[in-house]
Amino acid sequence: MKYTDQGKKDTRSGYGAAMTELGRSHPNVVALCADLVGSLKIEDFIEENPKRFFQTGIAEANMMGIAAGLTIGGKIPFASTFANFATGRVYDQIRQSIAYSNKNVKICASHAGLTLGEDGATHQILEDIGMMKMLPGMTVINPCDYNQTKAATLAIADYEGPVYLRFGRPKVANFTPVDQKFEIGKAVLLQEGTDVTIIATGHLVWPALIAADNLKKQGISAEVLNLHTIKPLDEAAVLKSVKKTGCVVTAEEHNFLGGLGESIARTLAVQHPTPQEFVATQDTFGESGTADELMDKYGLNNKAIEDAVVRVKNRK
Amino acid sequence: MYSQKIAITFGKFLNQGITMAELDKLQNIVTQTRRDILRMVHDVNSGHPGGSLGCTEFFIALYYEIMNLKDDFDMDGKEEDIFFLSNGHISPVWYSVLARKGYFPVKELETFRKLNSRLQGHPTTHEGLPGIRVSSGSLGQGMSVAIGAALAKKLNGDEHLVYSLHGDGELQEGQNWEAIMYAAGNKVDNIISTVDRNGQQIDGPTEDVLPLGNLKQKFEAFGWDVLEVQDGNNLEAVIKGLNEAKSRTGKGKPVAIILDTVMGHGVDFMMHTHAWHGKAPNDEQLEDALSQNAETLGDY
Repeated sequence: MKYTDQGKKDTRSGYGAAMTELGRSHPNVVALCADLVGSLKIEDFIEENPKRFFQTGIAEANMMGIAAGLTIGGKIPFASTFANFATGRVYDQIRQSIAYSNKNVKICASHAGLTLGEDGATHQILEDIGMMKMLPGMTVINPCDYNQTKAATLAIADYEGPVYLRFGRPKVANFTPVDQKFEIGKAVLLQEGTDVTIIATGHLVWPALIAADNLKKQGISAEVLNLHTIKPLDEAAVLKSVKKTGCVVTAEEHNFLGGLGESIARTLAVQHPTPQEFVATQDTFGESGTADELMDKYGLNNKAIEDAVVRVKNRK
Repeated sequence: MYSQKIAITFGKFLNQGITMAELDKLQNIVTQTRRDILRMVHDVNSGHPGGSLGCTEFFIALYYEIMNLKDDFDMDGKEEDIFFLSNGHISPVWYSVLARKGYFPVKELETFRKLNSRLQGHPTTHEGLPGIRVSSGSLGQGMSVAIGAALAKKLNGDEHLVYSLHGDGELQEGQNWEAIMYAAGNKVDNIISTVDRNGQQIDGPTEDVLPLGNLKQKFEAFGWDVLEVQDGNNLEAVIKGLNEAKSRTGKGKPVAIILDTVMGHGVDFMMHTHAWHGKAPNDEQLEDALSQNAETLGDY
């Protein structure tokens, strides 16, 4: 494999590191948090910019409204909390005060998906991509590792418009080159192949690369796309790859309803009907367990991707 | 009905008060605004006349006497006072006032609630209508946004104020109390939030639907400086109340005004009932209502 793990790190720390940089480079960037400063790793930003941080307490609805208001006056608010409380709990506030009002708010959501782990289903969320991508004008980004989360956080500060940035809690492989530029809406072709396209996002990108390596040993040439931006979707990159390989597996830490896979399926159904298999949760809530145990139980690992590749190749 | 009201001391503002001639001029605008409201909702047989009519004096006072406004609208609203309407359903009164203040052509009022209009049923930035800075209609969100804008003003060193208006029934939404707690806890003292205390909501009197109780005591318990204006449909009283509120800003506490109004004010058969919250008059009713509000500035 041409990518190497530079050492496991949590994506949320990539967010925190980028916030520290933005605190120094972007005077209009402000941060908000609803009683989860430590979990979001923004202590350094707060220490260096105390007047540019707003602690709302356990009041996410108010946080989203204040964030919308801060844009009026030219601020660039980064409102952060757990993904569950940053989306489902405040959907109408995001819909009316941010999306419909086209406010330049960055909703930064940690602890997304199953890998929050032991806290269980009340705190895990597998529906957030769906909720956010359905909002007109909302950009939805799910970076794969520490370096990419840091790069994405920096990139959205310079993008005008509402953004949902989704990342997580566990320490995962950090393989994105540190100098790789993050382009919103532009898929990253990680590995070229000819037999199948694997399109992965977030924590499933590294397992996709492992799967591709294992498949190679079986004589299957897999192309791997890191689709960090779910909306707007890089349709050109998807179509280019799928037209070559003729089948696709999508992989995400999210429900198969409303996620990356559905966005790909819609694109292909309209423009280039192609056999597709979904590696995703199957319309279920999560449960308590370690991150690795949960990913294994719910079929979100390299083995599940390899199995899906075999299935989809047989449907070509 | 509501206890512990503070009578506005009329003599107190003699020096900064406005002349009778100026008051007459503003009263004429009030009357014309009421005509606009009635004609707008009648034209499309929908919309919310009751709360709009009840808040007309407040809007005229705010836009013509109280706020310092720049000539041209821009979204950031730096170096000027800004206003947020949280109870977005009373859009007719706001649209009329914005149009007659010159934010957009008065003629455009005839597009209210029609296809391809900038004057949506509830106010929104989406179609680019000048004067509007956030969408409202889904209730309970406006105070949070106003607080955010007030915080931005503080960061920018901008000493202008942020005003917001809220329905009383709207305070049943929990987000308001998150915002009320936040504003006091963080000394957001450059905001004046007014509650339209008309005592009515869609399903009936607020105290029957879900009692709001003593709002002054509630805001004060959360740490706000609160004043009550007893006659929210007396233009002079409203101006004096708003000036008093202004004088209380910058002292470490957010300022609230409990504004007692009569829903449907200015049209006898619409007053003292929730019946006209979201119902338009028919042709005969419109004629009757307009006869009670003579044309002053020319209908759109």
